Amino acid sequence: MLCRAACSTSRKLVPALGSLGSRQKHSLPDLQYDYGALEPYINAQIMQLHHSKHHAAYVNNLNVTEEKYQEALAKGDVTAQIALQPALKFNGGGHINHTIFWTNLSPNGGGEPKGLIPLLGIDVWEHAYYLQYKNVRPDYLKAIWNVINWENVSERYMACKK
Amino acid sequence: MLCRAACRKLVPALGSLGSRQKHSLPDLQYDYGALEPYINAQIMQLHHSKHHAAYVNNLNVTEEKYQEALAKGDVTAQIALQPALKFNGGGHINHTIFWTNLSPNGGGEPKGELLDAIKRDFGSFDKFKEKLTAVSAGVQGSGWGWLGFNKDQGRLQIVACPNQDPLQGTTGLIPLLGIDVWEHAYYLQYKNVRPDYLKAIWNVINWENVSERYMACKK
Repeated sequence: MLCRAACSTSRKLVPALGSLGSRQKHSLPDLQYDYGALEPYINAQIMQLHHSKHHAAYVNNLNVTEEKYQEALAKGDVTAQIALQPALKFNGGGHINHTIFWTNLSPNGGGEPKGLIPLLGIDVWEHAYYLQYKNVRPDYLKAIWNVINWENVSERYMACKK
Repeated sequence: MLCRAACRKLVPALGSLGSRQKHSLPDLQYDYGALEPYINAQIMQLHHSKHHAAYVNNLNVTEEKYQEALAKGDVTAQIALQPALKFNGGGHINHTIFWTNLSPNGGGEPKGELLDAIKRDFGSFDKFKEKLTAVSAGVQGSGWGWLGFNKDQGRLQIVACPNQDPLQGTTGLIPLLGIDVWEHAYYLQYKNVRPDYLKAIWNVINWENVSERYMACKK
């Protein structure tokens, strides 16, 4: 079931159709807080690299891949379409996952949900924590609970429960 | 054919009572700072004493559990342990090779039969270098780029393996040179710019070791 309305922050990633019906590109969403806002749990250097480099690369590469996919589709080239699937999954998945992740975090986060089951992603790629926590992933996992945006997670659940 | 001498297969020695001894973290043949400025000391220390050490410890724990499951004839438990064995066993194998593939006196180009084989199978050393770099850069997520030897076909091959999947165990190719592209291998120094790490690492490749491995597997 698709999440709509209240799940505005979890809008299914569909680039809008322009007036001529041509597909518009995906774009890097802005964070709702500064890069340093989640300190000391996740530091500013990580947030800046993670958002402006890693997520940005997924967005750019997704757009390139969708462009190529469009061409393959138009030519009826099934082999090419299949060859593009891994790049679509990797970059499309990266874009979806990080778009959700930024909204799952907040400087006003932490505490406990009010009786609801969360819908929440925890990025455990090394780039998400290494500069600050090095090899000690468990310390990052301990810290991140201080910045979980329960409002957002609850919205997602409520909207998807319908 | 097993690779001996230069490419010893990881087999813990049997003690006098036939009990299995544990795997252990091999020492580096150089200081943590020896590969600067290409790979810094902080990375080398974390990579060796934390990451590789964890694979060794977890491999020993897993083998212990596997031994018990084997003794009880518990096939379900054995199969459940397979991912941990592949991950930690692969991690131990891969890093043990990796440390020997690097040297403060490395860099430049290989000589002799290895160079001949590289020219034969890739066209030129530069083309080989480009290809291994591209394959390593293209790994999605965590994994390794490998130069391996295909015994059946008698030729060199470049492949990527995901996570800590060991080259020989999963593809049959004999590992000669591995490039670790897990983020922990470069992030502290190169951040998200994996290509810069891949450019730098060629300055510390230990061609003597790679040649030894090649000569041993060619027999």
